[in-house]
Amino acid sequence: MASLFSKENRLAFTEPLSLNNPVLIQVLGICSALAVTAKLEPAIVMGLSVTVITAFANVIVSLIRKTIPNRIRIIIQLVVVAALVTIVSMTLKAFAYDVSVQLSVYIGLIITNCILMGRLEAFAMTNGPWQSFLDGVGSGLGYAWILVVVGAVRELFGNGTLLGFNVIPQAAYEAGYVNNGMMTMPAMSMIILGCIVWAHKAYVSKKTK
Amino acid sequence: MIQKTLDKLRPHFSEGGKFSALRSVFDGFETFLVVPSATSKSGVSIHDAIDSKRIMSFVVIALMPALLFGMYNIGYQNYAAAGATASCWTMFLYGLVVMLPKIVVSYGVGLGIEFVVAQWKKEEIQEGYLVTGMLIPMIVPVDTPLWMLALAVAFSVVFAKEVFGGTGMNIFNPALVARAFLFFAYPTSMSGDKVWLAKDTWFGLGNAIPDTKTLATPLGEAAAGLAPSGDIWQYCTGLMPGSIGETSVIAIAIGAVILLCTGIASWKTMCSVFVGGALTAWLFNIGGLDNAVANIPWYEHLALGGFCFGAVFMATDPVTSARTEGGKYIYGFLIGGLAITIRVLNPGYPEGMMLAILFMNMFAPLIDYCFVQRNISKRLKRAQDK
Repeated sequence: MASLFSKENRLAFTEPLSLNNPVLIQVLGICSALAVTAKLEPAIVMGLSVTVITAFANVIVSLIRKTIPNRIRIIIQLVVVAALVTIVSMTLKAFAYDVSVQLSVYIGLIITNCILMGRLEAFAMTNGPWQSFLDGVGSGLGYAWILVVVGAVRELFGNGTLLGFNVIPQAAYEAGYVNNGMMTMPAMSMIILGCIVWAHKAYVSKKTK
Repeated sequence: MIQKTLDKLRPHFSEGGKFSALRSVFDGFETFLVVPSATSKSGVSIHDAIDSKRIMSFVVIALMPALLFGMYNIGYQNYAAAGATASCWTMFLYGLVVMLPKIVVSYGVGLGIEFVVAQWKKEEIQEGYLVTGMLIPMIVPVDTPLWMLALAVAFSVVFAKEVFGGTGMNIFNPALVARAFLFFAYPTSMSGDKVWLAKDTWFGLGNAIPDTKTLATPLGEAAAGLAPSGDIWQYCTGLMPGSIGETSVIAIAIGAVILLCTGIASWKTMCSVFVGGALTAWLFNIGGLDNAVANIPWYEHLALGGFCFGAVFMATDPVTSARTEGGKYIYGFLIGGLAITIRVLNPGYPEGMMLAILFMNMFAPLIDYCFVQRNISKRLKRAQDK
């Protein structure tokens, strides 16, 4: 089991976090990144849900990859994902009802999240379960941290709170500070996302030089 | 004399001089003051005596009547709300004192960003901000806090201009993007009935007015379902509440004449905005809608709100408007029509000019494309018929 954390396996985990980030580089999963990031809490929950689903879908598909007939593989992948999404959705409804109401259809729409299909097709169909698991967790977390950053910026400037706690002091409001209503609109998350891509590109190109 | 001073200073700012970090700043000021002596080195090119810096200066001059009147109107509204009387000069001075910080903030933040970007990319400073910086303070309500203004200016210069590649490359009019940012980010500070009045005293000028005093624009009143106060005479002179530069039709008309005489603005765009607006408003008039805004007579619609200001100074922006001659008619006509339609049919937005122009900015390239294609196919057909 020495190869459990071999270089290849570590790369499968770390690459999607930054150098091959699903949102920043592959530009996948944008719609949900824009839709659920008005507050920090739903962004975190959404990020975790996607991480869990990607990881286990990758494992399951990887386990049965040799028995899947090539011509109907998309349907089988979808069934696996749909089952996992249903489990996550029911769990959220049972234990975190408020958040699941806020996320509304977007939990169900994880089924159509391009990151999932992309990882299943490109990675799990050709790699072993353990490596697929690492890749799934990495991709999910790569997606999640973008959501968390965008959600934090939007909640901080749009509502003056983080996770529902007031962060901007009352004195600032008395001095004339006003929350930025534009931050609560999806248009602004597009711009924030663009800024993150910009900063990330600059960082990566400097590093590779 | 200016030329001599510049020549003396130039070595300091060239590569290796002590102020080489400020090279672009020097360059900007030099070309602003005198026409650059550098000419193209190859090929045949004929330059007009007018370059884009001169164009910008003309537009700023054309804005002056509306700006000066806006300052007077700030004082007038303040004294009228307090019930006090004062001479014209006192009112104007008060307006000047209220207005000046806004202009300084707008130019300071905007030019600051431009200088930094120019220095960073090792480019010349682009002159586009001269006009934008004057427009932005003129299209906001007088009570807008300075920090909001600064934020909006920064947002529009970075996201509406620099990311597209700077002056001349922008899709949207940067001044309107700044206003749209304020409008969506801080709706309570941009419309309603609390923001059209300067409420403090400065240097013994003006009157302190309690926060509870409200003043609604005629369009705001109409959107609330009331009959708008004032008459067509008042709308034309501009002694009514509104964004600083937009109220007076007469002052804007002077600016329009300057722009048209110097050939900077296109009369096709300008006229078709008015035609489109008038026609749409007239249709709503005879349409018999049960809606206070729809029942404002069409000629008053044209004089109210930002319609004139937008038509003269914003819609005709040579960068963001349609460039084909035929396209200008369609572009202008749709701006006018859309502005009135938004006013009448959307109760959330009392004024539609800003959104109409931004929307049509987006479609200007499409209109141009259609006209160019039409010309191509027409000429092809003519050539084939021979």
